[in-house]
Amino acid sequence: MSVAPAEVEREEAGLEAVPDTPWVTIVWNDPINLMSYVTYVFQKVFGYAKPKAEKLMLDVHHRGKAVVSNGSREAMERDAEILHGYGLWATVSHDR
Amino acid sequence: MSSGGGQEEPDRDEPAGGAPHGGAPDEEEATGAFRRSRGKMSARFTAAQAVILRNLVSQVADLMGNAAADPGAGHGAADPGAADPGAADPGAADPGAAGSAAGQGPPGRAEPVPSLEDLAAMLSATGPTSPPEDPVLARLLPDAYRGDPEAAGEFRRYTERGLRSGKVAAAQTVLATLPAEGGHVRLGPEDAQAWLRALNDVRLAIGTVLGITEDYEDELEAASWADPRSAYLEVYHWLGYIQDSLVRALR
Repeated sequence: MSVAPAEVEREEAGLEAVPDTPWVTIVWNDPINLMSYVTYVFQKVFGYAKPKAEKLMLDVHHRGKAVVSNGSREAMERDAEILHGYGLWATVSHDR
Repeated sequence: MSSGGGQEEPDRDEPAGGAPHGGAPDEEEATGAFRRSRGKMSARFTAAQAVILRNLVSQVADLMGNAAADPGAGHGAADPGAADPGAADPGAADPGAAGSAAGQGPPGRAEPVPSLEDLAAMLSATGPTSPPEDPVLARLLPDAYRGDPEAAGEFRRYTERGLRSGKVAAAQTVLATLPAEGGHVRLGPEDAQAWLRALNDVRLAIGTVLGITEDYEDELEAASWADPRSAYLEVYHWLGYIQDSLVRALR
């Protein structure tokens, strides 16, 4: 695939420490969704600032998946449902 | 993910729907690309582009409107072509003005244009199977749990109906705001959101059928016009271009 501009400046970004909460929402990489769209969805759905949304998008892209939110199981299922509405491939998990 | 769009690809600025050549850059060309104009998301579509987009969106709406509780019922009465992919009516999903033009492809164009009949057959060829077995449905209505069919089933039981109706509603917004004869589209914030989701659903459906990989743009470059996939790849590429333009306009 083509290289997005943001990738050029990207340094090795460490995994963000995930708070000790039992449930997480994970977004998985797929070859179809646009990088710009995925970033936009993270901003829109979670209210993340663009740099954070972009970092998460790049984590999904390069690592194959990223934890995008954490909290109660109910909240994570709600997040997954909303992300499915946007066509992202999201799952709920009890562990990383 | 795909960087998509085509904005970084000046050589490939001729999307499937047929961008006119030589227009002034600040005129709004009928490329389907959105830009922000007086608070609205604004784009122009040719009739051919509108026919293609309306048809694809209609097909996704039909697929999503096919209730999960009734998996054996085909794609519904509104889409006879789904039951018989070889049916003569290419406009099955949209029997209105778009239908008759769809079979021949847009007039007045030299490049190969995908026959919507073929694409309809491709999209419906997966058949009315339950979501996990049908790749397109499985992608549009994914499991929310990995390796836990019970939890995934429970989640699906409570969310799939709403997810489907949301996708149908987004598709209907596109059909309500994109004239079948093409022309100017101006979207407020809510309609723009619906367009984003509907465009994405169509790309997911086509991308899944085509087996798109992250290297698809290389395939697109390499594909000859004689390759039947090239026309579909062109449409797929164009849809990404529109969607990317809408994301950028919304920022």
